[in-house]
Amino acid sequence: MHLDHSVVLQEARAFNETPIRPRQSRLLLAKIVFLLYRGDTMSTTEATNLFFSITKLFQCKDMSLRQMVYLTIKELSTISEDVIMVTSSLMKDMQPNSEITYRANAIRALCKIVDPSMLPGIERFLKAAIVEKSPSITSSALVSSLHLFNEAKDVVRRWGNEVSEALNGKSLSQSSSFFGGSSSQNQVVSTSNIVQYHAIGLLYAIRQHDRMAVLKLVQTFSGQNKSSGWMGSGSSSVLRSNSAHVMLIRYAVRVMEGDPSLAPQLHTLLEEWIRHRSDMVSLEAARAVCQLKEVTDKQLTAAVNALQLFLSSPKAVVRFAAIRTLNVLARTHPEAVQPCNVDMEGLITDSNRSVATFAITTLLKTGNEASVERLMKQMQGFMAEISDEFKIIVAEAVRSLCGKFPAKHGLFLGFLSGVLRDEGGYEFKRAAIEAIVDLAKHVGECREVALGHLCEFIEDCEFTKLSVRVLHFLGEEGPGTARPTVYIRHIYNRVVLENAVVRAAAVSALAKFGAAPKADAALQRSVAVLLTRCLDDRDDEVRDRAAWGLRMIGGEQTRARYVRDDSTFSLAVLERRLVEYCADPQAARRARFDFGGVPRISRAQEEEARHRVRLDAMDQVLTGATLSAPAANSSAKDDVAQGDARGAGAAERVVEYARQLAAIPALAAFGERPLVSSQRAVELSEAETEYVVRCVKHVYARHVVFQFDVTNTIAEQVLEQVEVAMESDDIAGVLQPVVAVPIPVLRCDTPGSAYVGFERLGDDVVAASFACSLRFVVKECDPATGEPEEGDDGFEDDYSLEAADIGPGDFMQATYLPDSDALWEALAESEAVETFALSSFTSIEECIASVSELLNMCPLDNALAPRSKAAHKAAFTGKWLGQAKTIARTRMAFQKGAGVTMELAVRSEDPAVSELVVSAIA
Amino acid sequence: MGGGISKMLQKLFGNKEMRILMLGLDAAGKTTILYKLKLNQSVTTIPTVGFNVETVTYKNVKFNVWDVGGQDKIRPLWRHYYTGTQALIFVVDSADRDRIDEARTELHRIVSDREMKDCLLLVFANKQDLPSAMTPAEVTEKLGLHRMRDRQWYVHPSCATTGEGLFEGLSWLSQNIKTP
Repeated sequence: MHLDHSVVLQEARAFNETPIRPRQSRLLLAKIVFLLYRGDTMSTTEATNLFFSITKLFQCKDMSLRQMVYLTIKELSTISEDVIMVTSSLMKDMQPNSEITYRANAIRALCKIVDPSMLPGIERFLKAAIVEKSPSITSSALVSSLHLFNEAKDVVRRWGNEVSEALNGKSLSQSSSFFGGSSSQNQVVSTSNIVQYHAIGLLYAIRQHDRMAVLKLVQTFSGQNKSSGWMGSGSSSVLRSNSAHVMLIRYAVRVMEGDPSLAPQLHTLLEEWIRHRSDMVSLEAARAVCQLKEVTDKQLTAAVNALQLFLSSPKAVVRFAAIRTLNVLARTHPEAVQPCNVDMEGLITDSNRSVATFAITTLLKTGNEASVERLMKQMQGFMAEISDEFKIIVAEAVRSLCGKFPAKHGLFLGFLSGVLRDEGGYEFKRAAIEAIVDLAKHVGECREVALGHLCEFIEDCEFTKLSVRVLHFLGEEGPGTARPTVYIRHIYNRVVLENAVVRAAAVSALAKFGAAPKADAALQRSVAVLLTRCLDDRDDEVRDRAAWGLRMIGGEQTRARYVRDDSTFSLAVLERRLVEYCADPQAARRARFDFGGVPRISRAQEEEARHRVRLDAMDQVLTGATLSAPAANSSAKDDVAQGDARGAGAAERVVEYARQLAAIPALAAFGERPLVSSQRAVELSEAETEYVVRCVKHVYARHVVFQFDVTNTIAEQVLEQVEVAMESDDIAGVLQPVVAVPIPVLRCDTPGSAYVGFERLGDDVVAASFACSLRFVVKECDPATGEPEEGDDGFEDDYSLEAADIGPGDFMQATYLPDSDALWEALAESEAVETFALSSFTSIEECIASVSELLNMCPLDNALAPRSKAAHKAAFTGKWLGQAKTIARTRMAFQKGAGVTMELAVRSEDPAVSELVVSAIA
Repeated sequence: MGGGISKMLQKLFGNKEMRILMLGLDAAGKTTILYKLKLNQSVTTIPTVGFNVETVTYKNVKFNVWDVGGQDKIRPLWRHYYTGTQALIFVVDSADRDRIDEARTELHRIVSDREMKDCLLLVFANKQDLPSAMTPAEVTEKLGLHRMRDRQWYVHPSCATTGEGLFEGLSWLSQNIKTP
């Protein structure tokens, strides 16, 4: 259908005429809505003019015209100005004395145009609409409230009772039409029970932070009281809507994730729901079980069995849902999915290509080496028939296979290079390229072949970004190969033929070839010739890079420092520091930007961090876990923080701490910012208690500060003068308490930080344990406002916490030191060595994890991942008090019965530190 | 063609239709007047955020009355309803002496708009039941109506809650409307 924007707007002037012609106007409105749905943009002026002409249509009482008016107003509500102009009219239409059709639609339109300040004025009507008899009105009110919830949480929260009434709503619409008939002649009787779906969604939104309330919600509808009297009294809490049931399952999973102690109980429910007679509910329950973080094989079996049955469903959508869930499960539990292999092989030829794709990629994960070859062949057959989205999934699957069956690299490379030659979008090509890059990196034998394929790819590549990626990779890997000249030829071709961005990348890659340690004089000369030619390039960047490259090739030192530098700044921290620096006009005058304060991380770490981000993103895409995303994300981040606390994420946190600390006058005297801050917070309270306390330590030159992040979880209480009392017998002569900063007022769910500062009396470092307790004044308050009740003087109370520790590790900043081997040699004089017999450890892994925790330094390479069970070598780097570079090397051997024998050697710029660090272990 | 026939019918039965815009400061009584005319009831109103529109038939004339809210934030939007208006009813709270100047400013701003060049002006000096109410003559003077030479205007005392004076005002409108 062809409609011209300006013509339609011109025609819309007819709305201003009297009398209104309803049919013609309705058609015009339909055209306008069509334009908007099609994605046409309208300027604010156009939309506002249009909106005001549409308001003229309110004088006509024609019902079908009015419905169209509501619809158009909703669409224009975000573009036009002054949409509040229809408030009165809509409020009139939603009154109980108007037609049902008017009322429901008016509610929806009204909620789009009100701003939160006007909400109290219509609150009464919306509450009444929620408990209305007619499902269409109830649904509109519920859905509108859900939209409003984001803007005015406090107001909507007050509607909880009405919402639960709507949720439990004895099937009013139906019973009255069955028995009472006449009372509801006009209403459209809904059989979908969609009201429950909307009600449960809103109720959850209102109560989501109250875990007990959500649990109660889940239990109410668990269907367990079904047996007590079916068709009878128990039926008041039955979910008649399958969609609502699906939501309920998701909420149950959220509860389980939040509180593992409830898991067994809820698990029984999930298993029951897997046997639900509705496909949708059953699938969702099975999917929920498959996605649980801690799931036993036995629990999985029930879910997988159900999914297996669905694989042979006649409905494509059911097959798709089942195979998709299995596909995700196969990433983590391939063995659990194996029983379905036969069924999945049947699906390879499924007429629905999406199902087939998932079937193959799942099989690739569950299959063994022998079956892979056959599957790859089949896949090649239908690559041309599937959409890019699925091609990406295939590419990712092949990529994970590369890691699993490195011996089959020839097969994979053949497949990947084949698909690269086919048509495809950027994302797909990128996935394929990354797969090849992975192969080249991890499987030594196929590196040259892989690089060859990449060279071929950039010969005819339409995506600048991919060319740059490949050129960069060639620059990294190419110089180490037997015949680097081959790649130089391909790279130089790009300089001749491509756009400026690619040319610049090619020049950088060339420079890397010239600067490689293996490069002989002839090669260097050739590269120099090529780079010299690039000096005539039309583009500034290309010329600059060429000139820079020429300079670098010259001297061995500059080469090592700039071209082959294996460390980089933690970019996130660097960015933040620069922003801070630029934001403060004084700073620029005072001193130059201090790069020393930015932690460095190794290239490997950076790569790892990127890899992690990508995996996270991929997980989210594949699992589609938008609902549980916030929870899953945060917990995943915690895991990462614990496993890899020394990465860039930790460095960012340090910057954040420094900002907070700098804002506290009592601590300002200690120094501009702490030299070392602990990288992860230690929980001093058990999970799910009244007050949640986490401790972070900051070390200044002469002081140590304990930061306690306290969260009050009791809505009925306000805490005042919250402080932490710390006592220890071990600190005499080493640490002396000097300052305590309390939290003046602590309201529910708003975390605050209390600080305790100690002065260091000498250079000694002590391992000490502090008995801690939280002291505060409690006042009762109104949970809604958070204001303490008047005249309540409160009472003092304390709450004991777990002990806080401090040790030498807290004075060490875990940072990556580039070129640690040379440094190790240079510091030979300061070495401190000790050998330990650690009989309590039963494995190398256990020992290295514990040593790493004590040292609190940055592990190098595979320090934390021992290859052998009998012996292991590891190295760590860090800066003592953020200054003295320190390296620790350890060798350990394990013998059954004798435990672990470990030798620890530490060298540091400050010899005293070496001794101290060694003593940290003892 | 449909339009032609309805015009003929209008001629035959003498049915007239009239589009009226009712404006004034907030709390002047516009909405109360509208529903008194429409339903002959005194309704409880809340400040109008936006507008109300109703058709009132009186003496064979169909009055299409647009009552637009008078709050500060709505006043700039009045102009959107000028086009096609044949008569302006300007409602004044006769007891609100403090804001009569503000009312005059608003009134003059409205009538000076090009779109309102030819329309009739009826002023309801409303709330005459209140003891301190200004007389119609006083309202006329305070609104500076004598300076309006090129326009037909008429001030009529009214009381929206009882309905006194409202239909007299409409009569004046129906008698003075120029048939197009």
